[in-house]
Amino acid sequence: MIADIWTVTTKEWREYVILRGSARGGLLGLLVFAGFIGVVMPVELGASWVDTPIAIVSAFWLPLVLVLSVIGDSFAGERERHTLETLLATRLPDRAILLGKMAAAVGYGWALTLIATLLGLLAVNLVHGHGRLLLFRPLAGLGIAEVSLLGAALTAGAGGLVSLRSATVREAQQRLSIAVMGVFFGLLIGLQAMPRAWLNRLGEAILGAGEGPLLLVVGLLLGLVDVALLVALAIRFRRARLILD
Amino acid sequence: MGDVGEYDSTMGDVAIRAEHLSREFHGVRAVDDLSFEVPVGIVFGFLGPNGSGKTTTIRLLLGLLEPSVGEAAVLGHDVRREAEAIRLRAGALLEYPGLYDRLTAEANLDFYGRIWHMPANDRRTRIRALLTQFGLWERRDERIGGWSRGMRQKLGIARALMHRPALVFLDEPTAGLDPIAAAALVEDLEALVAGEGVTIFLTTHNLHEAEKLCRRVGVIRSGHLLAVGTTEDLVRSTSGSRVEVIGRGFCERTLHLLEARPEVAGLGLRNGSLWIDLRDDAAVAPLVSLMVGAGVAIEEVRRERASLEEAFISLMEREV
Repeated sequence: MIADIWTVTTKEWREYVILRGSARGGLLGLLVFAGFIGVVMPVELGASWVDTPIAIVSAFWLPLVLVLSVIGDSFAGERERHTLETLLATRLPDRAILLGKMAAAVGYGWALTLIATLLGLLAVNLVHGHGRLLLFRPLAGLGIAEVSLLGAALTAGAGGLVSLRSATVREAQQRLSIAVMGVFFGLLIGLQAMPRAWLNRLGEAILGAGEGPLLLVVGLLLGLVDVALLVALAIRFRRARLILD
Repeated sequence: MGDVGEYDSTMGDVAIRAEHLSREFHGVRAVDDLSFEVPVGIVFGFLGPNGSGKTTTIRLLLGLLEPSVGEAAVLGHDVRREAEAIRLRAGALLEYPGLYDRLTAEANLDFYGRIWHMPANDRRTRIRALLTQFGLWERRDERIGGWSRGMRQKLGIARALMHRPALVFLDEPTAGLDPIAAAALVEDLEALVAGEGVTIFLTTHNLHEAEKLCRRVGVIRSGHLLAVGTTEDLVRSTSGSRVEVIGRGFCERTLHLLEARPEVAGLGLRNGSLWIDLRDDAAVAPLVSLMVGAGVAIEEVRRERASLEEAFISLMEREV
């Protein structure tokens, strides 16, 4: 099973890279993207990049963007290019196809986010270090790894569900864009509609909770949602159903 | 279903056995009560017009769809319970070649080789052999997005054969190809069957191709299997037997004498020669004796054989 998942994952990665032109150009493009995102903001922020939770917040949204750019293609792309039925006609178990595609998207978003973060750290040290070694606190480093992984999994799960139900990549991407905007504006409106006292209490609770417990709660919540999405995907991913869709 | 040719049980193992196989979609039977057998090591042609149920049958046999009614065993595995075992030993070129445009020809085949857990060395050897056989080796490093349909189709067949399957399903492999590319592909398939001994389940519209390639054929229309057997059986069962007699001296009296014979279904003169339609594939010798006795100078007697295409059309015109 692990070998099957890896086979699907590596095929997906190869396609992600070539999606941006040639294999070498594609890899270079991804590194430039990670470098730009990873370097510009940290250099602007200086030492506060490592001292404040900004890097953790950044490590949550970056994989969302990265995974969103590829997840629509996962099933809808195969369906649109008429490769899905052939893939389903192979010996690969359902779970290997599903987990292989999810692992590819999550791995892509997570790895690039970590690379971007490390490049940011390097840039901050080069520009603002002045002989000192600027590093994240261990808990902050753990938080970056945690939220970027779980954020990537969240986007891959939700995006995978949308992609499974879409006939074309364009349709999947449109649906995903609408969903993201819905969540964003929903949160914004929800926060604005919240009574000021509640909002203050929420802020105090977050600030007062301490970094460790907060990361634990966020991790648990995201992990639960990720598992729920994976279960939904596993239920939805049925060969006969996909053939007839 | 009319089985026009008895399956010869001495032909060896059976690759596919379907019994009363049916599949319904929203109350409509796309495939209805199919029963047939495909022996190991032959090309079996599954012929029928568009929408007749050919692709649904392949999907059922690959375990991609579950039958509504009936049973089928492919390579000894039940399509309901052992679909993964079937797909482990079978290859398929479905309606589309199923290739990744962004990957090179070699990367496409390598991916499918890895799916079947082929070791790296074996994959390399197999890829080289297949691409060479299909005349694509020189272009192995090209991404296939810009390839012609014929080249993609060839690569699709190579993909289906990559893991050396015991059985290959080919859904209209020459559809959309120009006649030269189609003929070349048919030759490649013949070479493959001879060289690798695989069983091929082939659906096609091209009856010349089927006649050339297939040892046995099944004819399907609107989900019903109209006939199954060897191409000769099919032709014989649908076209009867016509005899052409070339000679001199076909007078009115001779024609009346022949018409009176019970085995003669019809006759007529055409360009100076006589044609006779025989009932039930009857013997010609007594008629030849009769004509010689009546003073006809016979130069040549030959049985006319209808083509598979004529047999197919004849079947299509029959009521289900």
